[in-house]
Amino acid sequence: MEGALGQGLEAAFRLRRGDSFRIDLSLSIPAGTTIALLGPNGAGKSTAVAAIAGLLAIDSGRIGLAGTTLDEPSADVFVSPEARRIGVVFQDYLLFPHMTMLENVAFGLRSRGVSRAEAMARAGSWLERLDLTGLERRKPPQLSGGQAQRVALARALVIEPDLLLLDEPLSALDVTTRVELRRVLARHLEDFPGPRLVITHDPTEAFLLADEVHIIENGAVTQAGSPDEIRLRPRTSYAADLAGSNLLIGRASHGQVDVGSHPIHLVEHEIEGEVLLTIRPSAISLHRNPPEGSPRNTWRTTVAVMERLGERTRIRTGAPVPLTVEVTSEASSALELGEGEMVWVAIKATEIGVESGGVYPRPE
Amino acid sequence: MKADTSVRPRTRRPPVLLVVLGAIGLAMFVIPFVGLLARVPWSDLPALLAGDVVTDALRLSVVTSLTATLIAVVVGIPLAWIMARLDFPGRSLVRGLVTLPLVLPPVVGGAALLFALGRRGLVGESLEQATGLLLPFSTWGVVVANTFVAMPFLVITVEGALRNLDQRYEGAAASLGAGRWTVLRRVTLPMIGPSLVAGLVLTWARAFGEFGATITFAGNLQGRTQTLPLAVFVALESDRDTAVALSLVMVVVSLAVLVTLRERWWKAL
Amino acid sequence: MLVSAAASLTDAFAEVESAFEEENRDVDVVLNLGSSSALREQILEGAPADVFASANTSNMDQVADAGELSGEAEIFVTNSLQIAVPTGNPAGVTGLEDFAREELLIGLCVEDVPCGDFGRQALDNAGVTPSIDTNEPDVRALLTKIEAGELDAGITYVTDVLSTSGTVEGLEIPAEVNVVAEYPIATLAGAPNPVTAAAWVEFVLSDEGQAILTSYGFISP
Repeated sequence: MEGALGQGLEAAFRLRRGDSFRIDLSLSIPAGTTIALLGPNGAGKSTAVAAIAGLLAIDSGRIGLAGTTLDEPSADVFVSPEARRIGVVFQDYLLFPHMTMLENVAFGLRSRGVSRAEAMARAGSWLERLDLTGLERRKPPQLSGGQAQRVALARALVIEPDLLLLDEPLSALDVTTRVELRRVLARHLEDFPGPRLVITHDPTEAFLLADEVHIIENGAVTQAGSPDEIRLRPRTSYAADLAGSNLLIGRASHGQVDVGSHPIHLVEHEIEGEVLLTIRPSAISLHRNPPEGSPRNTWRTTVAVMERLGERTRIRTGAPVPLTVEVTSEASSALELGEGEMVWVAIKATEIGVESGGVYPRPE
Repeated sequence: MKADTSVRPRTRRPPVLLVVLGAIGLAMFVIPFVGLLARVPWSDLPALLAGDVVTDALRLSVVTSLTATLIAVVVGIPLAWIMARLDFPGRSLVRGLVTLPLVLPPVVGGAALLFALGRRGLVGESLEQATGLLLPFSTWGVVVANTFVAMPFLVITVEGALRNLDQRYEGAAASLGAGRWTVLRRVTLPMIGPSLVAGLVLTWARAFGEFGATITFAGNLQGRTQTLPLAVFVALESDRDTAVALSLVMVVVSLAVLVTLRERWWKAL
Repeated sequence: MLVSAAASLTDAFAEVESAFEEENRDVDVVLNLGSSSALREQILEGAPADVFASANTSNMDQVADAGELSGEAEIFVTNSLQIAVPTGNPAGVTGLEDFAREELLIGLCVEDVPCGDFGRQALDNAGVTPSIDTNEPDVRALLTKIEAGELDAGITYVTDVLSTSGTVEGLEIPAEVNVVAEYPIATLAGAPNPVTAAAWVEFVLSDEGQAILTSYGFISP
């Protein structure tokens, strides 16, 4: 994948802000890959965005993109933000309030010397791609959250940047819009040929949009890996907390969701269509024998992977529906669980989180 | 039986005391103007307005106030930008100095200008020897006096607006490829637009009405330095009718400018 | 008791005031000083002055015509004009003819003020068309600028030049072109303190009063 990496982002740097805050980051994003930088507020995510975008200078290290060095203090190299070919979608979008949507999207092109006519035309076609035709003359205050987000995305994409950088792209939206736009975002991320970096505090977003998730806490990356890896082997308590949820996608009908192998029963019978199910690992119980009583979601499976993390033990179950389960180590000892052992899984329908709309299926 | 349609006012009437006090406040503004209007010799007005005292004064006032405003824009906006965006030692002192003309009696300002830029002044003496330029008793002197008292309005207004501007927009513009001048031209200035306009109008209005600094520094000579306010002052002692005509001109011009200021720009003040 | 007096009487009347108050312990004299025309306007608009001392007769006449005088006005001093120049006379002014020189910065009082009116008369008498650079609203403003060296020359009263105690120099204006300003004084019809007002006028006209006034450069009539 040398070619892809050569076109990607190579960033390894340190930055100190004020007296107390430091970030120490190392990221390598090949072209065609999406990496999520996931962390709580104050972890340094926005600082990282600013550094990569060129709005802040790093103290040491190097940021390189598509083979060009953007910032390297030791070599006295600093490329100003306007010269970096990075498309940024900012938190709060920062659409210029005094310009129309079309002018906003065309701004980057016009700033780079493209003629007004051509810039407007290209902007117009991007607005079309994002289903925003007819709204060209509107100004940002008149747009809904979802529309604004798409305009911000168009504005970043139209300049055909080398890197796509998204800072909390969905956090400003209400839940329903978020779900819908996650899909739109996922599609455009896939279509973008270069490297993509998504900054977020929402684990669902990170796990769904990214190939690789880097968890950042207090200015440093504490864990990096695929979503599954993080879920299975969280290295910090923050990671463990957020990496929790199992995500299942399926079609809902008459209170049942077909996730491909085993139906999942829901409490809500009215939901129809594509749904996204979230189940916390601690909400799943394990039994040696078929459980009695209410849980209708129960099946027999095996322990594929077992990982003891002090007081807690994480287990990855196998077919029919692979899940990450968390039990106390005490309980797992009592059940004499081990890899390869047969075990019954039980999930109460009330413990299943349901989001309708699903997500754009990511190719495996 | 028809239901008793009690009065449900769509808007609640304001408290009576508030209205009364507000009306008194309004009267304080209206009554002097009514007094002025009552004194206007309407039949003689055309002749008076055509008189060269009036036309000279009007021309001078318009030219000097506009020039002062232009100078304020050229040097004031950069100054405001520096004060708002750069952190340098002595910034509060600079802000104090810039605000000083707002607080000082204009005559004191005029005297200061005289001590600095007069023929025997600190800078003025060398200036005259080097360039032959003499500011006191000249029309440019009026411009200097006007600029001195009026520019602070523009600087303070623009500085405030720049401070309140979310600088992230400028960062966004930069990330899209806009160089610093493009950012200034297409993002920063338009976004502070209303404040800028309000500041310009205030600046012009102050320059237009300036008296103390002008008469102290630039002197008083019809056609060269006698602006409308000076002409009114002089005419009050001898030619009441001309004084009233001049005052009327000032009121009409000022009102015209201020009224055409759109509502939303007032909000920016 | 309120005495409205022309600005050129400032210093002289201040001393007259102290002397008068010494002899009349229970009287508090308040001097209201300004340009004669401004004072005239105030009186005509109903200001509660007791005495009016003007720097020219025309302002007093206007007040008289309006019926605001109690009795007749009397001339109590006269004053004549001088050319005022900064110390050292840097522009080398010698007489009224220099007032026509464009390269000099010349200041006069505004026409409607006595010193402006008389100054122009003197120039007229001398047949000079002056190249004026500013018309100052009152004599004090004119003197300040001459003192500071910002103006090369101006025309003021003899008393004004003397009052600067040396910071302004005076040049004689020949008697044949000079203008003599007559200063009338009168008690006002609407005076709140007519008795004290009359006493003041009497004092001003007395030997003691005149002595004080002449020490400031005025001339007894």
